[in-house]
Amino acid sequence: MPRVLLPTPLRPFAGGSTSVEVGGATVAEALGRLVAAHEGLRPHLYDDAGRLRAYVNVYKNEEDVRYLQKDATAVAANDTLSIVPSIAGGSPDPDPSPPALSNDEIRRYARHLIMPEVGVEGQKRLKSARVLAVGAGGLGSPLALYLAAAGVGTIGLVDFDVVDDSNLQRQILYGTADVGRPKLAAASARLRDLNPNVEVVALEERLTSENALSIVRGFDVVADGTDNFPTRYLVNDACVLTGKPNVYASIFRFEGQASVFWAEKGPCYRCLYAEPPPPGLVPSCAEGGVLGILPGLLGTIQATETIKLLLGAGDPLIGRLLLVDALSMRFRELKLRKNPDCVVCGPSPTVTRLIDYEAFCGVAAGDAAERAAAVVSSAPMAPRANEVSVEELKAMRDRGASFVLVDVREPREWAISDLKDSVKIPLGSLPQNLGKLSKDDEIVVYCRTGVRSGNAVQFLQQNGFAKVRNLVGGINLWAERIEPGMPRY
Amino acid sequence: MIAVPRGVLATIRMHGRETYPEECCGGLLGEIGDGARVRIVRAERIPNVSREPRRRRFAVDPRDYLRLERRADELRLALVGFYHSHPDHPAAPSEYDREHAFPFLHYLILSVAGGRPGEATSWVLSEDRGAFEREELLVEAPEE
Repeated sequence: MPRVLLPTPLRPFAGGSTSVEVGGATVAEALGRLVAAHEGLRPHLYDDAGRLRAYVNVYKNEEDVRYLQKDATAVAANDTLSIVPSIAGGSPDPDPSPPALSNDEIRRYARHLIMPEVGVEGQKRLKSARVLAVGAGGLGSPLALYLAAAGVGTIGLVDFDVVDDSNLQRQILYGTADVGRPKLAAASARLRDLNPNVEVVALEERLTSENALSIVRGFDVVADGTDNFPTRYLVNDACVLTGKPNVYASIFRFEGQASVFWAEKGPCYRCLYAEPPPPGLVPSCAEGGVLGILPGLLGTIQATETIKLLLGAGDPLIGRLLLVDALSMRFRELKLRKNPDCVVCGPSPTVTRLIDYEAFCGVAAGDAAERAAAVVSSAPMAPRANEVSVEELKAMRDRGASFVLVDVREPREWAISDLKDSVKIPLGSLPQNLGKLSKDDEIVVYCRTGVRSGNAVQFLQQNGFAKVRNLVGGINLWAERIEPGMPRY
Repeated sequence: MIAVPRGVLATIRMHGRETYPEECCGGLLGEIGDGARVRIVRAERIPNVSREPRRRRFAVDPRDYLRLERRADELRLALVGFYHSHPDHPAAPSEYDREHAFPFLHYLILSVAGGRPGEATSWVLSEDRGAFEREELLVEAPEE
């Protein structure tokens, strides 16, 4: 029969015993029998609504049942359940008095104020809350808009991009008139118009290992709306090291995932993905595309989880990974466990300060993206040994030089723009198609902007192709500089 | 009322001085006598694992809690409560302390101002969890 170990302060309610033998096949049943036998324990374990009190942790053997199946966790005859009080405390907060709501605010938030889960207290909590949105793009747009509308007092935005035509399909913070403007200038104006009670902290910089901790420390909740692995690991580690919850989502084409990573209460991103995928294996939205609505779907889930955390309401996505497939319109859920060997949030962490995340994620990918971006923005940059400029490619074609041109884009992209006489080998099928290329030939590889083709060049070099070069800036730069009639995308 | 020998209080004060400006925390093992009279016998240091700024927060790892229970059993003592320090704050419980308090445990709070341990007070949560009630902390002089 499973037994329950009682903490010292509760033993008087069970006749002084240290442990009680109970029956039951699940945690809920075992605890139910415990309180049935020792009625005096009930008010100390359960609140009036019959839920386990917040300061009561239940461990099955050595594991917190919150990260197993909670109440439904199975217990066997030889299992021991331990009731462990959570012991915490601290000095008074510097500014414990919540802000008052003005009459204007009371009218604005009327639909919140009449909800039991929010009310005046909750709305004041939102007003005094500080949320950091990393990235003001597809996910950051609905996230920031809804947080501002909901009355979150301070919203920090980290982004250093300029609004581009191709953003408008999904980044609903921006309008056509904003194209060419810095994103944060446009976003701040939009959010202040939506709710002038909100303070927008515009952090127009790249989040780096140097500045991340000091930025993150100034906020209560961080929402990760980034689209690349180095920043995602950086945000995760900064949140773990500062004890902040990280409301995460990512999107690709018709699919998305969301979770709340909070190392104090559950797994972190590294518990789920200890290491990044090899560079180039997982295409970004810029390379693979994304349904414009999808960040709307996932960004509003992030906003919802953020508000719930701030209110302390409901069941947060901690320890759960929500998988969204918009094509089949199915929502599935995976249980996530804290990895006891996690290098950043485990009991003996080896990552105790921020590291070089570009290197951790494979420096070539980030580097190539940066070079491509720099070229597209017309910054002067001399091609490297394994690179070729669009002008040089034009000259090679004009003089009839002998070389093989390889297009590593996906078939759908060929219909948008195309370079004549190119061999079409989508990046994902390159390993199976090496036989189509000869190591004796001079090879130039291109894609849309030069990122995927950079990865292809690296891969080919590793496989013994010495005379292979990457077209810097890709077909988009070719269209801009060489063939102005060709569409860019 | 809770009694603490001067020597035990001195070790708690030393702990608060060492971790300043961060909060220290530890367990209180003792004896429960007639009429629920509690006497602290030893203070056991516990690492502060709070992920929030430790100048203002402390947290005990549940595994450390379980170890402490076992330690108490070994020593034939009872786990009677916890102590923690308030760096540069008075020895009074915060709202955060109350929200996170567990009933029937004694919470000893030590003020450490500018690195110098000051007043120590003891608190127990009321039965309805509504308030922390201060109790007398009787410091016992060493036996002659």
